[in-house]
Amino acid sequence: MPGPAPHDRMRPEGRRNSQGIRVDPEAEATHEPRQAVLSALVKHRPGVLAEVSGLFSRRQFNIESLTVGPTSDDSIARMTILIEEPRPGIEQAKKQLQKLVPVVSVMELEPEALRRELALIKVGGEKPDDVNAVAEMYDGQAVDASTDSVTVEITGSKQKIDAAVEAFEQFDVQEIVRTGAAALERGPKTLEKHD
Amino acid sequence: MSERASVRKEDEQTETDEEQAPVTTGAQSVVRALENAGAEYIFGVQGGAIMPVYDALYDSDITHVTMAHEQGASHAADAYGIVSGEPGVCFATSGPGATNLVTGIADANMDSDPMIALTGQVPTEFVGNDAFQETDTVGITQPVTKESYFASHSDTVGDDVSEAFALADAGRQGPTLVDLPKDITQGETDVEPKAPETPDTYEVPEEADDEAVQEAAEVLSDAERPVILAGGGVIKANASNALREFATEYEIPVITTMPGIGSFPEDHELSLEWAGMHGTGYANLAITNTDCMLAIGTRFDDRLTGGVDSFAPDADVIHVDIDPAEISKNIYADHPLIGDARQVLRQLFDAMPRAPDADEWREQCQTWKAEYPMSYDTPDDEPLKPQYVVEHFSDVTDDDTIVCTGVGQHQMWASQFWEFTEPRTWVSSHGLGTMGYGVPAAIGAKLAAPDQEVVCFDGDGSFLMTVQGLSVAVREQLDITYVVLNNEAVGMVRQWQDGFYEGRRMASEYPWIPQFDKLAEAFGAAGFRLEDYENVEETIAAARDYDGPSVIDAHIDPGENVFPMVPSGGDNGLFALNEDHLDEI
Repeated sequence: MPGPAPHDRMRPEGRRNSQGIRVDPEAEATHEPRQAVLSALVKHRPGVLAEVSGLFSRRQFNIESLTVGPTSDDSIARMTILIEEPRPGIEQAKKQLQKLVPVVSVMELEPEALRRELALIKVGGEKPDDVNAVAEMYDGQAVDASTDSVTVEITGSKQKIDAAVEAFEQFDVQEIVRTGAAALERGPKTLEKHD
Repeated sequence: MSERASVRKEDEQTETDEEQAPVTTGAQSVVRALENAGAEYIFGVQGGAIMPVYDALYDSDITHVTMAHEQGASHAADAYGIVSGEPGVCFATSGPGATNLVTGIADANMDSDPMIALTGQVPTEFVGNDAFQETDTVGITQPVTKESYFASHSDTVGDDVSEAFALADAGRQGPTLVDLPKDITQGETDVEPKAPETPDTYEVPEEADDEAVQEAAEVLSDAERPVILAGGGVIKANASNALREFATEYEIPVITTMPGIGSFPEDHELSLEWAGMHGTGYANLAITNTDCMLAIGTRFDDRLTGGVDSFAPDADVIHVDIDPAEISKNIYADHPLIGDARQVLRQLFDAMPRAPDADEWREQCQTWKAEYPMSYDTPDDEPLKPQYVVEHFSDVTDDDTIVCTGVGQHQMWASQFWEFTEPRTWVSSHGLGTMGYGVPAAIGAKLAAPDQEVVCFDGDGSFLMTVQGLSVAVREQLDITYVVLNNEAVGMVRQWQDGFYEGRRMASEYPWIPQFDKLAEAFGAAGFRLEDYENVEETIAAARDYDGPSVIDAHIDPGENVFPMVPSGGDNGLFALNEDHLDEI
């Protein structure tokens, strides 16, 4: 049998972690997942949403929400994607997204970026005044009412909407719809079409 | 676009002005776009929804090669792309035609091979209605292409094809697809397609950042145990010469990945051949012990790295790649250099302050070469060893001989025991590992390089998957030598069952396979049967002498397995040289 056997061979002390990063052999360096808001300008054409969402699912990125809508330019749509990943995963998601042909540009928004979500909550119609009072506490308003139901609209951060939904639970919630986050950088900074 | 294609384009442009009639249909515009892009061959199969495009092809100078199965069309186009460096073209009709192409498209995608697939589609008004032979081809192929287009208008369908062709060739090469509804190709138009151009959102980096190059060069110069890891991207970027110059000037040992085979001559003193699951022991030891790795055009596939925790654990990694998304995807890059491999190698060459002081390391590498040679047992009384067949064939052929393979044990023996010295002579399915790749790939390779000898090593299981392609090789009278390393099994599966599943050989033994020499004759090819050592020389000579496709049914030792081996997810430095080692690691 040629050469030394497997465990008698020359080898260094070092090691890498599961993300391929060289680490101290004693250390167990891992990156904790964090939430990131990716904002992307994409060509506004059929199939682009499927292309983006397909990328996220097949690469197993942990996606929280994805919203898409038109911009001031008819040919460009804007997507806001919330993901929760360790840092290398966020970097990888950005780069894979940028690689898609219909994607014009991508950036990760600062943590203090403006983030808004919309919820419509339909509750039982027995106590319309009480419903209205709660809605006002969350800067919301009733937008539809019938003898059996009241629907309120709430806009705000995810936390605020979570809290509002909880508060409305006392009124026999019949249906809820939430949009997921739309987000923009604060101040004059914009996501250029070619950065 | 490559130089060759653009030259041809200019030539044809002159002809266009004089001879070519203006386009009148979408289909003619599609064909015109392919002509403008310099396509020479189309590998395809006819069918209902693609008929208008075939009708337009009737008047074209592009040669259509009718394949026996659409999977063969995409593999042939893929191999054509590998050997020529320019996108191979394949055609299929809608529905089953398109789905049959998918394996070859996915294969090209994993290996970054330039290819464009055109598929017929049911007329627009039937799309979405589950019409006869309808499938959502764009939806199916989107995850395995650089981009899939759905042609929506007869006036722009030619532009879609032009763009798809350019995109397949640009930056990191890969497959693209254009789905062609029948009404769009039948529809009238007088719009000539635009020149091939990539979409405006697609940007290709050229040179790497100078400062980053300088930093990387300093790190590499300071290394005591440097290696270069050359991937398939080196060949794709036509950077093999630049690599040879760089490695020789700075005396750095070179390891290739399996797709990188041919990027650096294996008979060179600095070559450690290739690393990975079945790579050489010395390459894997060098990978494990290096303190600075210059990795070029590799995506650090798991068959190369084994477990990432034990991959080059001491190394500063300098990663050169044209695709930013490959940086730190699997192995963290301390020094990413994003750009074209050839350009970046030139930049690095100029930036190196000095050659690394690595005499001792080079000596160590040579010691490993002597300690762990690639070898096999050949006592006279043993059945024929596959390694011997490969080695002998390699010895008698020229350096530019092209070797194609299927997928399995035979593929590993071919890569281990053939001595590769030139780029674009190794045509194999790496990332996807597609059994059945060999027969059609050899067809594409031969048409891309008609003056070079083409040999295809296949296994009995792999050969049987696309054996119908022999009919194409016979019809086109392609001088290809197929060698079936026949062990009456899907040998690699059997090897794993023996090593990791207590020898429970479920569905891996094929004692019912046909006599491939007779099968070859039935197709109209020459057939040879090889069983003994003493007949190897004359059988190979006879098969090579035959002017046309020939098949050698080589009955090899069914007990032979592939070593060295790093078990899946294992430590490259602990490669096993035999079954006993497997129990140890």
